[in-house]
Amino acid sequence: MQLVERRPLPLRFRAGSLVPIVVLLAVLLVLVAVRQPGFLSPPSLLSFLGRSTPIVLLAAGQYFVIVSGEFDLSVGSLVTAQVVVAARLIDSEPSRTWPVVALLLAFGIVVGALNGLITTRLRVPSFITTLGMFLILVGAVYRWSGGAPTGGLSEEFRRFGRRAFEDVPGVGRVPYALLVLLVVATLAVLLSRSDFGRTLVAVGGNPRAAELSGVRVWRAKTLAFVLSGVAATIAAILLGGYSGVSFQAGAGLEFGAITAVVLGGVALGGGRGSVAGAMLGALTLETLFALLNFYGVSGALKSTVQGGIILLAVAVSAVRSASR
Amino acid sequence: MSSALSMPARRTSPGVFVALALTLAIGWLVVTIQGGRLFSVPTTVSLLHVAAGLGLVAVGQTLVIIGGSLDLSVAYVVSLSTLVAAETMGGADAALLPGIGLALAVSAGIGLLNGLLVTGARINPFIATVGVGLILKGYLDNGYDGPAGKTAPSLVRSLGYQRIGPVPVSFLLLLGVAAAAWFVLARTRFGHHLIAVGGDPEVAKLSGVRNGRVLVTAHVLCSLCAGLAGIYLAGRLGSGAPRVGTEGLYDLESIAAVVLGGTALAGGTGGVAGTVGGVLLLAGIDAIFNQLAVDAFFKQVIRGVIIIAAVAVYAQRARRKAVS
Amino acid sequence: MSEPLLVLRGIGKSFLGVRVLEDVDLEVRPGEVHAVVGENGAGKSTLMKIISGAYAPDEGTVEFAGAPRVFHGPRDAQRAGIGIVHQEFNLLPERTVAENVFLGREPRRRGLVDRGAMLRRTAALLASVGEGSLPPGTRVGQLGVARQQIVEIVKALALDARLLIMDEPTAALADHEVGRLYALVRRLQQHNIGVLYVSHRLTEVFDLSSRITVLKDGRRVTTVNTAQASAGQLVRHMVGRELSSYYPERATPDELGPVRLTVRAGGNGKLRGVSLQLRAGEVLGVGGLRGAGRSALARALFGIAPFTTGAVTIDGKPVRLRSPRAAMRAGIAYVTEDRKGEGIVAGLSVLDNALLASRAVGPGWAGRGARAARIRDLLAAVELRAAGEDQEIRFLSGGNQQKVVLARWLALGPRILLFDEPTRGIDVGSKSAIHDLVRRLARDGAAVLVVSSELPELLGLSDRVVVLRDGRIAGELPAGAPEEDVVALAVGATREAAG
Repeated sequence: MQLVERRPLPLRFRAGSLVPIVVLLAVLLVLVAVRQPGFLSPPSLLSFLGRSTPIVLLAAGQYFVIVSGEFDLSVGSLVTAQVVVAARLIDSEPSRTWPVVALLLAFGIVVGALNGLITTRLRVPSFITTLGMFLILVGAVYRWSGGAPTGGLSEEFRRFGRRAFEDVPGVGRVPYALLVLLVVATLAVLLSRSDFGRTLVAVGGNPRAAELSGVRVWRAKTLAFVLSGVAATIAAILLGGYSGVSFQAGAGLEFGAITAVVLGGVALGGGRGSVAGAMLGALTLETLFALLNFYGVSGALKSTVQGGIILLAVAVSAVRSASR
Repeated sequence: MSSALSMPARRTSPGVFVALALTLAIGWLVVTIQGGRLFSVPTTVSLLHVAAGLGLVAVGQTLVIIGGSLDLSVAYVVSLSTLVAAETMGGADAALLPGIGLALAVSAGIGLLNGLLVTGARINPFIATVGVGLILKGYLDNGYDGPAGKTAPSLVRSLGYQRIGPVPVSFLLLLGVAAAAWFVLARTRFGHHLIAVGGDPEVAKLSGVRNGRVLVTAHVLCSLCAGLAGIYLAGRLGSGAPRVGTEGLYDLESIAAVVLGGTALAGGTGGVAGTVGGVLLLAGIDAIFNQLAVDAFFKQVIRGVIIIAAVAVYAQRARRKAVS
Repeated sequence: MSEPLLVLRGIGKSFLGVRVLEDVDLEVRPGEVHAVVGENGAGKSTLMKIISGAYAPDEGTVEFAGAPRVFHGPRDAQRAGIGIVHQEFNLLPERTVAENVFLGREPRRRGLVDRGAMLRRTAALLASVGEGSLPPGTRVGQLGVARQQIVEIVKALALDARLLIMDEPTAALADHEVGRLYALVRRLQQHNIGVLYVSHRLTEVFDLSSRITVLKDGRRVTTVNTAQASAGQLVRHMVGRELSSYYPERATPDELGPVRLTVRAGGNGKLRGVSLQLRAGEVLGVGGLRGAGRSALARALFGIAPFTTGAVTIDGKPVRLRSPRAAMRAGIAYVTEDRKGEGIVAGLSVLDNALLASRAVGPGWAGRGARAARIRDLLAAVELRAAGEDQEIRFLSGGNQQKVVLARWLALGPRILLFDEPTRGIDVGSKSAIHDLVRRLARDGAAVLVVSSELPELLGLSDRVVVLRDGRIAGELPAGAPEEDVVALAVGATREAAG
């Protein structure tokens, strides 16, 4: 019973754990196609993927936080804040687009850093930190804009969320958002396999052991929160373009992200799961909502569906890990 | 030997009451300088009314937190309870008891669901109650646009507005419920077992405590308290209000009150007296801000900061105690 | 001779097709202390779980107090009169002694908990074991480990236990507290309570028991009368190996290199004026009572609870060991005593666990291939036994987990290694493998410090031993010194008084 077979591939891929979510996604896509045959046609499908990009990004960001053993419940309010801030600062003046984008990224990083530092240095449980941050962001943004969103986004800004590569041979319209999705998804997967990513999983599994092996746990977790904040910022830029400016821009997105992550097989205590699973979970969730939409289920019940999925997915994973 | 037997078993935490006294003193000073009156009859009555609502929820939250669990669905239970009560009563005194009964029954049912998810399905309490909360949210968002139902006039008169001197009947109700909760914790087997389960569930189980039953009961009691708060609010508002729970931040603030009162978030120690102190502290801060005519949005920002700070301060103290 | 209290006949048990116990017989008489010894994996813990009702046997019968019994759970066994004191205490630190003792069975009066009765009864129980000075209203968290154990024992007695199982009762006790436990066990004997004493510590086994049963690979090898047994004979039954061939050869004087680590008057919350030197190629043992500062010394050297006074130099250069990372940069590695809590990440694979420290200080993207190769070589070098490098580490035995932790540190090429209880909770076979590894590391040029509460290990493995007492160095002993010398320095007695 000696060790150790040498692995021929330098990059190991635990494909096994993604099978459930891929199967679920496939089943849902089939059901949607049955109900709405045109859905799987390239223009429609690509448009759907483009629209889903924000939640996929949020799920990727949330993955890093959750796998390290924490929660980020402020992302929805951060998205709202970013959209409102962008509108007011740009004030329909195109030349301001890029400076404001830079500012938004900085803001997202700062909020993420604050979340991380308060959780790690002040030892406040992350659900309280981020729920408190949620209140602070919403209150501050409302106050700053005097109760109603002002200003407007420039075309340059809206371009990311709204525009596309037209007349691409074979597939037609490819939204810019999709390009963003591919780039960010690739980066997320690479990051999750890097030293930082693997260390983060260890931090979630046993922070004390990680600390005693030289890991700066507070730094790792804070970086995870920063990643979540950056993901929220990019999502906000896309959403601002696609849906416009309102105080509801980011409403409920944090629970969507957490649902997606849970669906994708990431353990909510940390220490287990993959970012690919989280992103696939987000796509699955969006497909499910599309399906419900086609069956005429009211959008207001979205919360109920999410709540049900979270409970079901966590219960199932609790049963599975008990039987291991 | 007799002195050994009578040695006090528990130390009360006077911290929150000191903080309360200091806050009220400083607040009174600031308000008086600004030309206002902090302890006039109207402001005192209003303060105690706020304390009554939050306090009823916080007493219930104390029970689950001592047991090592948590309830983040309380805000939605409160909202739902106002609607069930007001709609059942339909403005008729004859329907007062059915309205109260049904509201409490629905609340207890939700508490039962929470408890079963936490104990039977072994779902992390934060996730379980957030999930249930989301399910309720969808139901409320879908079914209600604004206030609905009409509270029985006798309830409005009594719980809503009656008072003995400056002390509202609702606050007396809170004191009664708090006293009952204290009694349960200190003098009943259930109370002892609940504290044990919160302290170390494995130890409790080995000693024959029925962890599942104890926690489910605690969750039912917590939701009942939230339901009672809803009934009171229905009396105060005259109708059911689908967003009163979330807008009043009953979930986060009840947890903050419990933590401020000295009960550890980890469970196993703490008490109801401290929670009442924490509730009075939060209500006091609210009253001071009202007197200073602080902007509503700014108040929300401050509330977020206070919630985080409350937990942070107590987390630091707990750490220092553990290290020494 | 009185009728036996407990009789086990032909007990067998399998888990998932693996045979854990095979045809085990055991007998305990009232008032007898019957010791059970055996390596980890011999089946002791499973056997105790069957007796205490946590498991049901697949074959065989259990007779208690003259009647055949089938227990449906631990509470059932408790009610019948079988109590168990585990190695890890099952106490609530925030609650009082009385509340802990009566947890789950609080006395009632008119439906409410009768606090007065709870306190009175607890006081009476404490007095019956000679601990009447312990106030029953004290919070358990404020008690030291030895007194917490007394609460555990009293808890079992409160259930009218006729048989008490004690699992490694002195593992967490300091040497002077052991005497108090001895007195308590003898009192239990006076009350005619039978004691099943499970222990690795042969000294206690010989001091306390009247019969010893040896388990090996799930079978009962033998039961002997203590008076007629010898330690060597027992060890041979347990592992089939002589006591003397237990430890690897120590270093000869010319194998010792230059002084690598120096501590001058080091102090912090738990240590005072500690001065020592550690040479390359040397194994320095650190002994002393629990709480004397042994772990504190190792943890100070690793920057976990750093020195606040004094100076540390490595290879002649002063260093500030402010944090684990700082210590790692200085070439120090620390293998913790709490493997489960501080050592391994249970849900992660063998490989991920082994790479943990490397990734923390890591070379980034470049050098990852070389790093992975080096780890694999190390895992092979420590002779790890696992199904594969992707296997979750929690499925490995304690000994193999320790090897993974060791490989983790060796990957960083440390020049100073600090071991805190390197073989705790590890079976005899793996223990000896770890001892060999420690000696090999020293031979390869590392400076090694070993903290151990097992005196044979401490004296057998080390080239010299420093003994701590109350946070200071009480003295130093050469290789092969007798165990009494260590204890004498540890408790502050002179040689004559201890002899």
